[in-house]
Amino acid sequence: MLDLTQTAKETRAWACYDCGKCTATCPVARAGAPYSPRRHVLATNRHPPQELAHDGSLASCLTCRLCDARCPAQVAYTDLVRRLRELAHRARSEQAGPAGELEPECPHGGALQSVMRMMGKRSTQQSRLAWLARAEPPSPVRGSAGKRSDFAAVNPPPTPSLEAKGAGSGELKTEPERGQVFYWTGCTMYYDAFFPELDLATLRGTRAAVALMNALGITPIVSPNERCCGHDLLWNGDRENFERLARQNVRLVADSGAELLVTSCAECLRTWKLDYVPFFAGRPPRMVHLTEFLTENLAALTLKPDGQRRVTFQDPCRLGRHLGLYEPPRQVLAALPGVELVEMRRHGPAAICCAGGTWSNCDRFAKQVQVERLREARATGATVLVTACPKCQIHFRCAMNDPKLGGDIEIELRDIAELVADAVRAS
Amino acid sequence: MSTWDPNIVVFACNWCSYAGADTAGVARLQHQPHFRMIRVMCSGRIQPGFVLRAFEKGADGVLVSGCHFGDCHYVFGNERAVEQFEKTRNVVRLLGLEEGRLRLEWISAAEGKRFAEVIDEFTDQVRALGPSPLAGERAGAAAHA
Repeated sequence: MLDLTQTAKETRAWACYDCGKCTATCPVARAGAPYSPRRHVLATNRHPPQELAHDGSLASCLTCRLCDARCPAQVAYTDLVRRLRELAHRARSEQAGPAGELEPECPHGGALQSVMRMMGKRSTQQSRLAWLARAEPPSPVRGSAGKRSDFAAVNPPPTPSLEAKGAGSGELKTEPERGQVFYWTGCTMYYDAFFPELDLATLRGTRAAVALMNALGITPIVSPNERCCGHDLLWNGDRENFERLARQNVRLVADSGAELLVTSCAECLRTWKLDYVPFFAGRPPRMVHLTEFLTENLAALTLKPDGQRRVTFQDPCRLGRHLGLYEPPRQVLAALPGVELVEMRRHGPAAICCAGGTWSNCDRFAKQVQVERLREARATGATVLVTACPKCQIHFRCAMNDPKLGGDIEIELRDIAELVADAVRAS
Repeated sequence: MSTWDPNIVVFACNWCSYAGADTAGVARLQHQPHFRMIRVMCSGRIQPGFVLRAFEKGADGVLVSGCHFGDCHYVFGNERAVEQFEKTRNVVRLLGLEEGRLRLEWISAAEGKRFAEVIDEFTDQVRALGPSPLAGERAGAAAHA
């Protein structure tokens, strides 16, 4: 059982003087949700853990850290809520037994958590790198010869449309196992496969990142054995399955001999830099976000304007408030000729998050946060909303699907790597 | 003589496929018994999470079944089933599971014979593929009766 006294000490919950700034600043609470970070902090100081373990509103937290930034007593609410979720997770599994269901209510029926846990199994041999090949051969529907005409008619093999939308022309050069630079792709191929209705192409950012490294003369490692970083499981409270993934991923990168790990996913970076620390044996590689990597190498890239564009930037919560990286993406955007950055009213440390974080809390309040944020993006007059995390793309794209608002909040969404790749291609 | 039998999960809709299985039973049709059936009200309910959970927990094959087009009790539930199935198949492919472990079939309440044939054919297909790579690491695996 989690020791709440110890937790209160470590997260400084004891220092809370009940000012309520956390709840006042929380985007979810402000949207009207029956959720209060303050109540959780006070309950940690006051109550036996049983009550908190069964508090359903723990899942409402976006873990965006806006309250941490506002708290005058430096209470680490986001760390606290993660520990409380672990407590709740353990309580759920004890209640349900070994076959029990462990996710909080998930809008995707637990499918994504299931995928993450499957990736954690050692025997899983994924087939995740089809996007590296330029032309994906049409996949045969095996075992379906003969009598399945109606199925085949309504359900043809998927067209490689995502590949066609890919950034970067020509072959992408990668290494499967060993090298100097490890490009950590994250789960973009899974997202594009799982959300066909959102017309997503998070893989475009992934492809663009590899193309940019190639343009710099680097052949990065892109491993067929990369597994989910476990970020969402950890933030759902499932530490056991997170640790399975962490151990395997740390070993994979250690065995590659890479000295530098680059990722374009803000969540993966947070997980690698902060949550994987206890799993490193020996010296870990240097870990950077793609935008940090690009700022260091901008001089070596020839950039030409690819049209004139006003863009605005969505600070991913993991990149910004979790890791303090506000400047690298802005430096990259400033270096792009023809691209003008206009900031949203709330940006940098005050940015509002995409309200989807950990696949645990999608509801009408989260939706409202997204809609409000998209209106803010539109109010800048920008035509493109640039992000540095695939999750932001998914959740904003989903919000734009609202048929009643569609036109009002529609804005083009791109990963920052795509913009840079466009500028390189234009030269 | 120990031959391996697969562990198959069959999702069937209440109105067509489950009744089709009943028809097969009433007619005493023989088919292989290595599956467990989960009845849902409509094939449109069978979302990726259901199928992925089955694989996660060690199923060697998953069959999704529903009413033929035009026959759906809820008019277009089976069209939704196709969308859900497509998503599921995309993800199953990425996870490296053979596509032959997953199948979508339309079986009406009258098609007892077809039900038996589909089950036999799919069971043979999964048997040929062997145990799922994910089956070994099942937590608290229950022995198949």
